[in-house]
Amino acid sequence: MAPHMSENFLRDLVLEEALPQDEEKKPDTTPKKTVQMPVGVPGYTLQDEAREVPESEPPVWPTNKDLKFVGQSVERWDGAAKVSGRAKYTADVQLPGMLYAKFVNASVPHARVVSVDTSDAERYPGVKGVHVIQHVFGGAVLRDPSLEQVKYPVVRFAGQPIAAVAATTPYAAEEAAALVKVKYETLPFVVEMDRAREENAPLVFPGAADQAGTAGGGGGPRNVSQTGNVHGPSIKKQGDIAQALKEADVVVEGHYITQVQTHSALETHGVVADWKPEMLTVWASTQGTASVREELAAFFNIPASQVRVITEFMGGGFGAKFGAGNHGVVAAALSKKTGAPVRLMLDREEEHLSVGNRPSSDQLLRIGAKKDGEITGIHLVSYGSAGCGTGAGCAGPATNLYKYAALHTEENDVFINAGPGAAMRAPGHPPGAFALEQTIDELAVKLNMDPIDLRDKTDPHPVRRVERQVVRESDLWKSRNPKAGADTGPVKRGVGLSQSVWYRFVSMNSSAEVRVHRDGSLEVLSAVQDIGSGIKTVLAQILAEQFGVPPAQVAVKIGDTNYPVGPNSGGSVTTLSLTPAVRDAAWQASQKFLADIAHAYGASADDLVLVDGEVRSKSGKIKPVSFRRAAAKMTTDQITVQAKRIPDYDKSKYLTYGGVDVAEVEVDTELGRVQVKRVLSVHDCGRPMNPSLVISQINGGVIQAISYALYENRLLDPNYGLMVNPNLETYKIAGSREVPEIDVRLVEAYLGQSSTDASGIGEAAGVISVGAAVGNAVYNALGVRIRRLPMTPAVVLAALRRPQPEMELA
Amino acid sequence: MNAFVLADCTTVDGALSQLKDGAVVKAGGVDLLDRMKNGTAQPEKLVNIRNIPALRGIEETDKGLKIGALATLTEISEHPAIRKQYQILSDACGSAATPHIRNMATVGGNLLQPVQCWYYRSADFQCLRKGKDLCFAFNGLNQYHAIMDYRTCPAVAPSSAAVALFGLDANVELVSSKRGQRVVSIKDFYVHPDANPTKFAVIEPDELLTAVVIPKPAAGTRSAYQKYGEKDSFDWAIADAGVVLEMDGNICRKAIVTMGAASPVVRRSAQAERELTGKPITEATARAAGKAAMEGATPLSMNAYKVDLFPVAIYRTVRLAAGQMDRDPRAAG
Ligand SMILES: Cc1cc2nc3c(=O)[nH]c(=O)nc-3n(C[C@H](O)[C@H](O)[C@H](O)COP(=O)(O)OP(=O)(O)OC[C@H]3O[C@@H](n4cnc5c(N)ncnc54)[C@H](O)[C@@H]3O)c2cc1C
Ligand code: SF4
Repeated sequence: MAPHMSENFLRDLVLEEALPQDEEKKPDTTPKKTVQMPVGVPGYTLQDEAREVPESEPPVWPTNKDLKFVGQSVERWDGAAKVSGRAKYTADVQLPGMLYAKFVNASVPHARVVSVDTSDAERYPGVKGVHVIQHVFGGAVLRDPSLEQVKYPVVRFAGQPIAAVAATTPYAAEEAAALVKVKYETLPFVVEMDRAREENAPLVFPGAADQAGTAGGGGGPRNVSQTGNVHGPSIKKQGDIAQALKEADVVVEGHYITQVQTHSALETHGVVADWKPEMLTVWASTQGTASVREELAAFFNIPASQVRVITEFMGGGFGAKFGAGNHGVVAAALSKKTGAPVRLMLDREEEHLSVGNRPSSDQLLRIGAKKDGEITGIHLVSYGSAGCGTGAGCAGPATNLYKYAALHTEENDVFINAGPGAAMRAPGHPPGAFALEQTIDELAVKLNMDPIDLRDKTDPHPVRRVERQVVRESDLWKSRNPKAGADTGPVKRGVGLSQSVWYRFVSMNSSAEVRVHRDGSLEVLSAVQDIGSGIKTVLAQILAEQFGVPPAQVAVKIGDTNYPVGPNSGGSVTTLSLTPAVRDAAWQASQKFLADIAHAYGASADDLVLVDGEVRSKSGKIKPVSFRRAAAKMTTDQITVQAKRIPDYDKSKYLTYGGVDVAEVEVDTELGRVQVKRVLSVHDCGRPMNPSLVISQINGGVIQAISYALYENRLLDPNYGLMVNPNLETYKIAGSREVPEIDVRLVEAYLGQSSTDASGIGEAAGVISVGAAVGNAVYNALGVRIRRLPMTPAVVLAALRRPQPEMELA
Repeated sequence: MNAFVLADCTTVDGALSQLKDGAVVKAGGVDLLDRMKNGTAQPEKLVNIRNIPALRGIEETDKGLKIGALATLTEISEHPAIRKQYQILSDACGSAATPHIRNMATVGGNLLQPVQCWYYRSADFQCLRKGKDLCFAFNGLNQYHAIMDYRTCPAVAPSSAAVALFGLDANVELVSSKRGQRVVSIKDFYVHPDANPTKFAVIEPDELLTAVVIPKPAAGTRSAYQKYGEKDSFDWAIADAGVVLEMDGNICRKAIVTMGAASPVVRRSAQAERELTGKPITEATARAAGKAAMEGATPLSMNAYKVDLFPVAIYRTVRLAAGQMDRDPRAAG
């Protein structure tokens, strides 16, 4: 672990379930063996290191080049089902007698609800049930609930669900929902963050309020003061910042502003809930089957064993799909009330308004450095709004990317009357990196240093050092003109880079079952859900590697809480948490299998090995026999093994991973148009289990980051508090023509941490740093720095006309 | 979306007989269904004209070109005669929306789509153009609104095809069962909101738009249209320009310059045209035309940047029309 990294920070970020790594305070008595593991980057720093691991662990895998299925770009296990439409998503679930539910949402941004009259709706033909919400999920909650004596939850944003109607057709549900009469006592509201910070601003909450995180992170600090709408500051200090800045030879500072982005997954939030006396079954579009079960069991006060959650296919979540949510609870309640299954899928407008977003930020960042590039101090003061929630802190990159003598960060959440934020792909990091990495770039300019040399000086991470070397040797970087704004003519080209950091979180709730059948078929089962990253494929690869059968022939059964518990997919935990458990189960199943069939061949179990789909004898006593034929000799129909994640082998090693992204832009200075032409993404994720799936994650991350940097913006009308672009037309999101040429170079970076040695990729995958890389490329093109997102023509032309003044730190 | 009756028609007369009591024409449905889904249109009856063969097709006659109301934007943009003689129209239709939408969208529907103002397109805002007395854009979010020619409603003209058809002096054929056929010049087809905020065009509820007719271009005519958005994939224009030049050798005998995203109704810029007429097309005259087009611009609180964009759009499109510049890779289409 980098010595400067703040333990505090890591603890804050930690996904609620992802920590129990430190659970084993009790003495560890498992028998151990010492193994040699590959550690480092092949071609650069690879060497063997010793690790003490439990006796029962499988043999150490070599690096990818010596594996047959793992580490190879095996075709997506369910790709054909997805592209052919055979894959059934939550909205495709059809149950006999199923009802369709529709929310009634608040039409005003701030109000007390006086009454909800459902009588007309109930009488509407086809309506089977109406539910009025007593408790809203999401958003901050008053520390002192007695400050609000109300019958119905106070409306804190337009679009907050108030009630729902279930009917025999979606059309009847929609028409009936429009008949529910809500009487409001409207309250003053505020939807602009600057206005909300003013002294006499309308208050979103009558007192201090906090938001809990989800399994995907998000949420904000709890033990902080609140003044008006400003929740914070949450202050972190290391060293003496004033002294550090005084000792600096140069100080650079900037004022950075980033917008609200909504998750905008293609598949909206939704469930089909089927309440039966003995079992509540819920098909959910979720990143965490376990988290949905937990919330439903708690809300309805029923045992977890009576809730089953199924997510066979999932169309994206990006952090906003944890827990049951209002839709899950309401659908279950309506199903209970009506005795019929109920489907409740959100529409695109609801998706923008009420189920999460990436908070905005307004950051003042100052960095001091010595002439040689050594950073003396980093000072960040940030304000950001997660609507009526918290979680706008963005100090992660400033805290964890570079070495410094002193650090001072103050993060503030500002409440406004808008939908609550939610964890979104690397919470806090894209806005944080946008400011930090542009400021580092500016520092390089001031010090007259190459941006890579500067980072070599001050970033101690050994893998990023390799990644920078890859960048340095790339044609794209070599084509960069170090002189900013050098092009003549209206269209100027620029190249810039940025780095990212994310953290190695392990979810100990990761287990799986492997089954070997007498006909030679194989199954792997886990409650984990595939949110698009391709974990199904990876599980098949692990069994394929162990048993020597093609991955496509492995039956992968996941996304069902009836299977062994799996991790919630947030914070890039899935692959690195679950795969060691699956490998351990597969290994143990293979050992059990050999022991079971040895007798039939007159061999001893320890003379047999399973290699390349063949049972072979080490001593050569028996002829090799195919796995399938050998399986016929099993003494029972099925061999079953369950295994769970064991803690990382050596927790003192690198706790972060990341990457370096380079963007090439063309800026049309007459139009203010920025176009990203090429992106080079150099990233590490431990052992890449399936390079093409990893590249897919990075492609998506790069596109999402470009979309954030240049286009997306949730726009709220200041006078009425309503979102004016709750669609995918005027909420501008990158389409196919905005996608640049993306060149991903994966850096294998072995850590020696588990039986698969995988890490995560979802968060760092370009999402964090491409926005800043585009900013730095624009600077390189223009010699003018854009400190505001999205960089629309209006913003770019304004900056060209009048570069932004520098601001004083508060 | 409300419940509605769908009357599927196969003849013009059949459709006309259905057009009463609040019935609404549905062509491609791209625009109409969007408004029904967001609750800003709630017609009780839709008259589907998509299956009327008489409204299809693009025909070259000795007088010019006749485009059936159901011709799709794709058909128009790819039509060989249009690409040859009416490049501006091919450009305009080819740069609207997305390939999928262009396959569905008809020219009649494109000309008759109401404004894209987000307040207008939200059931939560009842504005001037919906018969109320308030405009939400003046003090609200107006970054995509008009910079000229507005007093009451600054929503901009949405149709790309109209920007081209103004440049081509097109006529629109309308027919009703009571009053028969009439032909209206495109210049008189739209109703300015200052005159009547709820009426977008002169077409009456019982009328069908049957065809667009374009006169033959004069010899030496060259034309082009370019549209600029914030992004390339399906974005609305933040600036656009249609240019028709009648060239006599090196000299521009007559110029027409039109803009859509600047004002509530497509604007022909006499000022820009003056800078080109009787002169050679050069870097300098093209720049001057762009600059002149912004005379009298009165941007709103958030859209001053558009005043910088139109001169660029006009300059580049004039030079494209004149064959002096390639199609701009930063323009849509
Ligand atoms: C994402 C997106 C981007 C877009 N970008 C652009 C763009 O850049 N430029 C552009 O010009 N457009 C753009 N459009 C709009 C699109 O081109 C129009 O919605 C489409 O052309 C409408 O044609 P339609 O045939 O589907 O019309 P419909 O939706 O069927 O009808 C539209 C209106 O016209 C009336 N109508 C249609 N035909 C007739 C007729 N023959 N007689 C009488 N009344 C009739 C209907 O009653 C209705 O009121 C965009 C749309 C989308 C969704
Ligand atoms: S600009 Fe026009 S359409 Fe938009 S709110 Fe104002 S009056 Fe209505």
